[in-house]
Amino acid sequence: MEMSRPATPTTNSANAKKVGQYVLLLILTLLVLGPFILGLWTSLMPTADISKGALWSSHISLDNYVTAITTTPMLRYLLNSLVISTITMLFQVLLCSISAYAFVFLEFKYRKQLFMLFLITMMLPFEAEVIPNFSTVRSMGLLNHYAAMVIPFLTAAFGTFMLRQSFMQMPIELKEAADIEGLSHLQFYWRLALPYTKVSLMTLAAYSFLSSWNQYLWPMLTTFSDNFRPVQDGLRQLQGQESFNNWGMIQASAAIVVIPTLIILFVGQHYFKAGLNEGAVK
Amino acid sequence: MTITLEQLSKTYEGSHQPVLKDISVQINEGEFFVIVGPSGCGKSTLLRMIAGLTGISSGKLMINGEVANQMPPKDRALSMVFQSYALFPFMNVAENVGFGLKSRKLPKDEINHRVNEALAMVNLSELRDRKPKELSGGQRQRVALARAIASEAKICLMDEPLSNLDAQLRAKMRIELKQLQRNLGLTVIYVTHDQVEAMTMADRVMVLNDQKVQQVDTPENLYQHPHNSFVAQFFGTPQINLLTANVTQCELIIDSALHLPITSSRINNSKVLIGIRPADVRIRVGSQGANARVAAVSYLGDQLVITADLNDSQTIRIVAGSQMQVAPDDLIKIVGIKCFDVFDINSKELISIQKGDVNDARVAAAEF
Repeated sequence: MEMSRPATPTTNSANAKKVGQYVLLLILTLLVLGPFILGLWTSLMPTADISKGALWSSHISLDNYVTAITTTPMLRYLLNSLVISTITMLFQVLLCSISAYAFVFLEFKYRKQLFMLFLITMMLPFEAEVIPNFSTVRSMGLLNHYAAMVIPFLTAAFGTFMLRQSFMQMPIELKEAADIEGLSHLQFYWRLALPYTKVSLMTLAAYSFLSSWNQYLWPMLTTFSDNFRPVQDGLRQLQGQESFNNWGMIQASAAIVVIPTLIILFVGQHYFKAGLNEGAVK
Repeated sequence: MTITLEQLSKTYEGSHQPVLKDISVQINEGEFFVIVGPSGCGKSTLLRMIAGLTGISSGKLMINGEVANQMPPKDRALSMVFQSYALFPFMNVAENVGFGLKSRKLPKDEINHRVNEALAMVNLSELRDRKPKELSGGQRQRVALARAIASEAKICLMDEPLSNLDAQLRAKMRIELKQLQRNLGLTVIYVTHDQVEAMTMADRVMVLNDQKVQQVDTPENLYQHPHNSFVAQFFGTPQINLLTANVTQCELIIDSALHLPITSSRINNSKVLIGIRPADVRIRVGSQGANARVAAVSYLGDQLVITADLNDSQTIRIVAGSQMQVAPDDLIKIVGIKCFDVFDINSKELISIQKGDVNDARVAAAEF
């Protein structure tokens, strides 16, 4: 008889717990997404209605987007950012992976100490490096040029650190097998180490692209013309100090700027799944 | 393709204790050579030294008469199968097998031909497009083997290749490996901690323990003529009995009731270690004249393994026919020892091997 009676109290409390968890998740989701949805919504409303503080308008349209693209250098900003972020991303992945490879697979004197030095640079906030970097870039005559926004970010200690970790997770037998097959370091790096750490490389690529895309302080200091200004600073440029602000159009531009971020996250999700390297050992 | 080791030693950097010292042996062409020993004895290190993956601290390694201490791994013309298989997870079976050939820039036809042949040899032709993660442990094992076969190196090093497989598959792979080795005429150096694997597959076995070579010999000789008590203990299931005995003028006294005759003149210590294989002990059940008490009985189908306490509290393992009626706490009488080895109690080295008599272990009166 004991067996036939299901344990109702436990099941009920487990259910209640689950409902509670989901309610909490839902509230948090709304909190996080709320401003985002609000921004997207206002980008569809005429500025006149936005200025009144209204949340509803009878003139929902894509007019603001058309205005943003036709009357402002928005497309130029996008192109600038795309060029800067793509080059930064490619170089960070390349240079970080090469240096991480050296830290893991090459044996040389003071390897540990050198890596510690690398890590120490991570403790320095970027804001502290702004002034020396600025004077360097200026004396190189690179101000107001793509190079000013790319060269200081060609490599990052964080990327080296992250890829070093994932290279270290490669089974040592793979390196040994490669040694016996007679692979050179370059071959091993290119044909085994990189494919093996694909997930980490993708993560680093997404991370460096987005952090470059979202740069504000540095481009603000080093660019003075729309020809080189990236999106985040371009957005700021749209908001005049004294004159009337076309909030609907600014909002639409902001929405355009967010689009690449979303694309990267959605595309990335496909790659950032676990289990890609299953079956290598054991 | 002979490999000669001359007084090879290995000491890791920052350590004073060598992990291997004075390893000397010649491995002949076409030989299945097994390196066996307990875990941590340095057998994998030795294999990696032969492969060139680990440096040699001192001594000489010669491959085909050529000193190879500094030779890079790829020039040693050998292949290696790892315990963990070391497959490339993002390549399918055929790509895994052909990878080394491709990086050696062999012509495409040649690669295809070799890959197909190697896969056929390990019965994996149908699974050539699968990824390693879609294979079972045994199949991954075969891919690793096929990779070694495809390289066509005449020397193949194997580092516990079967230890991740279940018992049945392991027994099957043992036979297949041995056949493969013979058909291809490979020189195989095989590392294992499993004495059964060593005994069943090897032409010759090197027993490593305590950083040193204990014995290099055929499986038969290792079992019949162990050089020391470690080797005697390492081979054979159940383990050999090692009992301490006092030496008198003409007898070895194991305990007050079990005496063995001395036939060798070389015993001149006052105490020795006697090795008796469990199957060489003859017993009779019954309290009359008994000299041991049964502690445990394991039934193994065709035989019984009896663990019994002698009256000086040394333990002895006995293999008996499964028809024998015996239970824990029964008294038994050891009536004869077929043969036994005598080892030095300090150095553990063999002093002599003696033929006993199945009916003539002099047994004193029972003290139970």
